Amino acid sequence: MSVDYVLFGGLALVTILSALGMLFSRNAVYSALYLIFNFSTIAVLYLMLSAPFIALAQITVYAGAIMVLFLFVIMLLGAEQRGQAVRTWWMQPLALGLAGILIFEAIYLIFTHRTSFPPLRQAVGDLGNPLQIGEQLFSNYLLAFEAVALLLLVAVIGAIFLSRGRKLR
Amino acid sequence: MDWASLAEWTLKSFALIFALLGGFAYLTLFERKLIARFQVRIGPNRAGPFGLLQPVADGIKLIFKEELIPAQADKIIFILAPIITVVPALVIMAVVPFGPPIQLFGRTISLQIIDLNVGVLYIMAIASVSVYGIVLAGWSSNNKYATLGGIRSSAQMISYELALGLAFTGPVLLTSSLSLAEIVEAQRHIWFVLYQPVGAFIFWISTLAEVNRAPFDMPEAEQELTAGYHTEYSGMKFALFFMAEYIKMIAVSAIAVTLFFGGYRGPFVDQVPLLGPIYFLLKVVGFLFLMVWVRATLPRIRYDRLMAFGWKVLFSLALGNAMLTALGVLLADMFQNSLWLWSIPVTTIAFFLLVAYLMRGSIAGGNR
Amino acid sequence: MWADRLAVLPVIVIGAWAVLLTVADLYIPEHRRRITAILAALGLIVGLVVNLFIQRHNPQTAYFGLAIADGFSSFLNVLFLLSGLLGIAVAHGYLQRQNIARSEYYSLLLFSISGMMLMGMAADLIIVFIALELLSIPLYVMAGFHRDRLDSEEAALKYFLLGAFAGGFVVYGIALIYGATGSTRIAAILSAVQSGSASPILLTVGAALILVGLGFKVAAVPFHMWTPDVYQGAPSSVTAFMAVGAKAAGFAALLRVFLLAFPTLSDKLVPLLWALAALTMIVGNIVAIVQSNIKRLLAYSSIAHAGYILMATVTLGQSRLMADAAAAALFYLLAYLLTNFGAWAVVIALEREEGKGLSIQDYAGLGKKYPALAAAMSVFMLSLIGVPPTVGFLGKFYLFRAVLEGGFVGLAVIGVLTSLVSAYYYLRVVVVMYMQEGEPVVNRDALLHWTAALSAIAVLALSLFATPLFQWATQATLYAAQ
Repeated sequence: MSVDYVLFGGLALVTILSALGMLFSRNAVYSALYLIFNFSTIAVLYLMLSAPFIALAQITVYAGAIMVLFLFVIMLLGAEQRGQAVRTWWMQPLALGLAGILIFEAIYLIFTHRTSFPPLRQAVGDLGNPLQIGEQLFSNYLLAFEAVALLLLVAVIGAIFLSRGRKLR
Repeated sequence: MDWASLAEWTLKSFALIFALLGGFAYLTLFERKLIARFQVRIGPNRAGPFGLLQPVADGIKLIFKEELIPAQADKIIFILAPIITVVPALVIMAVVPFGPPIQLFGRTISLQIIDLNVGVLYIMAIASVSVYGIVLAGWSSNNKYATLGGIRSSAQMISYELALGLAFTGPVLLTSSLSLAEIVEAQRHIWFVLYQPVGAFIFWISTLAEVNRAPFDMPEAEQELTAGYHTEYSGMKFALFFMAEYIKMIAVSAIAVTLFFGGYRGPFVDQVPLLGPIYFLLKVVGFLFLMVWVRATLPRIRYDRLMAFGWKVLFSLALGNAMLTALGVLLADMFQNSLWLWSIPVTTIAFFLLVAYLMRGSIAGGNR
Repeated sequence: MWADRLAVLPVIVIGAWAVLLTVADLYIPEHRRRITAILAALGLIVGLVVNLFIQRHNPQTAYFGLAIADGFSSFLNVLFLLSGLLGIAVAHGYLQRQNIARSEYYSLLLFSISGMMLMGMAADLIIVFIALELLSIPLYVMAGFHRDRLDSEEAALKYFLLGAFAGGFVVYGIALIYGATGSTRIAAILSAVQSGSASPILLTVGAALILVGLGFKVAAVPFHMWTPDVYQGAPSSVTAFMAVGAKAAGFAALLRVFLLAFPTLSDKLVPLLWALAALTMIVGNIVAIVQSNIKRLLAYSSIAHAGYILMATVTLGQSRLMADAAAAALFYLLAYLLTNFGAWAVVIALEREEGKGLSIQDYAGLGKKYPALAAAMSVFMLSLIGVPPTVGFLGKFYLFRAVLEGGFVGLAVIGVLTSLVSAYYYLRVVVVMYMQEGEPVVNRDALLHWTAALSAIAVLALSLFATPLFQWATQATLYAAQ
């Protein structure tokens, strides 16, 4: 059990430090990278809570899809050089150290804790099981699920409307 | 946890990585030889018998080449980018089963690094992260062509990821599990490609785009972008990009085999488990041959048409396919008769033909 | 399953109609945009009929307690659908005059209404949040509908950023409440709160965060900063719709969640709500005095009216009064709907291209040249002040009565005094219309004039027949979802 606390402590530290790194980077691209890093650590935290589905969804949606768009916008607008581009000396070793810790912990967790996660299981129920999530979505939260579908459709229509060229025909 | 299983995992991981690295080396030779044959040439035949030592020679050449870092480049990211590109390519195979469990030294060893109950999602997650290497390589080079190549590739990969993700849903719906081992097990009697012809087709096309292979090799289009995102890379760093592309080819072929072509399943696998990996390898090689064939045959698509194709055709096809598959599964469930599953290929192919008919002018003709 | 669908049928009708309208619109030629508007209005009428048909007094939960159909939601549905119809009526000609006639307007409007109706039916905090987003996102887009104009773009961006921010507050609040009670169902929260198993600190903080988020939506002080800019920059027809619909939906959630789930937190929440209501009334009315632009004036007036409606929430915890106060709030919302749409119809009738015709001075001489329009505007201004014989007076009367019965004399005094203050700036419009000479230009748009006329008649007539209406609102009391 104490190993879990050590792991959690390390992860939490990495999470917080990467969030701070995101805030204090002068370069927007670095900020985005720190944020991706932060999302990944949060995914590992979910893994610790025996919720692999949410962990991987977190990586797919946040670290994967959303942040790529962020980077995309930053690069297209050339917005990365806002403010003075002062690079502080501690950033590189910090990033490397954090990456090292994260990788070590991820590997350790995946190989040791795959089956025996801490008793937080009772608190979160069978949340990690994708089958369970699917059943919940389509029974207990069906209306919310459908409403979200409508919401996403509206968002798409709105985005297309606002960004489309003036005259199409 | 005991030391034996730790050793088992470590050994399996190393075996996979070395297999991928060796596969990469010989895949380059395989491709060069094949393309040479397609073009009525002979191909590399000087290093060793039949040119078998060619990859070694290539490797030595690349290692000893001078590595340049542009003066205005963002050095950290410039160095990190090739690594970020290679790692997802290497780890994506971790959930793919290569064969049935085998008995060795009194232990049951599953020929799969890890059987996640969200295996398919794992593949999606890694695939979505693998964009970063290319984007960052393009940006950090501080070169307009490279940046354009990076941005193009990210747009392309995101666009085709949608169709890819939807193509995944077919096998998942048929198995009602996200675990790749269970998906393979569900194909004991029949390959999913028979239920999912359109799904497999969509999957195949979007994986070509995902790994930036011809005819979707936009990011490195020589004529327009002077090699795109890796313009500024040389030596071993360039080799890493090269390696990532070829390892990804192997990986997506393996995933396609697992999802749609029965994975390691084949005759007598239950009696002789070691046949599993052999069948698997043969199927993967078949897919790799197909990829090389496509590259030798088809010209590159223009960029705007590539995006139009991805969003307007492939995405809508994938959506329809997912819906019709769900319908078929539901019917089979309702009538307790798995014959209803055969409605899926019928309806999806009909839908495919409909979309193809509706879109006949908009892809080949002018844009918009 | 069918009972569930029947219970939320009005939402389904409007949502599905919006989707179909989006598709059907592709086949409607551009110069026949009128057809889209008519189809949208038809959808709203179908929704109204369905809503009246399945209206019930026994509350019925649906979808495992996610939603609840009761008198409260039926009443609100009527409100939202009416505001949609009026919103289309004031929009159609206006959009064409402003050269921004795009048919997405109508489907976005319908989507937004489906979100509002879902909000009225929400029996689960998750639905509250989703409905909040579903009603807001179309409004963000509609606020930026005038894409050629910078102030419209600014309005959209401001509304979007602050709205997203507010949404964040609501989610954090929901998360804390979930942490405290282990559920997001309002009924389950109530029983957890009553059994005392929930941590009161978490609960209070969560409730306060939700209050902040919804406060943004209803434009309560100090979360009102976006309101004047957004109301001014957005196309007027959008503002008219937004001022009523979004506010009513925000109050629907506020009343449902606070009065039902947190009655035991009254000792902590009531001072907060009291201060919020008082501040909103005071700031809204006083800042409105110095406005010279009619859109800004109405924006501050809408802030002030949010303050009046907020008074209903201070009865939190007095179970006997809560139903009465909620009914008064509903009645007030209906009164505000009629008055507000009428006033905006007049504003839109006078608005010309490039944002001209929006200063109060542009109303000079209206009384002589267009006496009917001026008379209607005067009726609306009187109703906004709360002078008899208008429906606005009765709205305030019922609200003040509920508040006084609850023993909040101070708040009622503030309400009356600020109403007196408001008379100054509302009457200034009337004075300008009748006492000053001018050459007002009025658009020929029959739909607008009919909207103004019918609203004026309704504002006057409903004040005479208010008792049955109020009884209807009283029957529409809140029920906790089982």
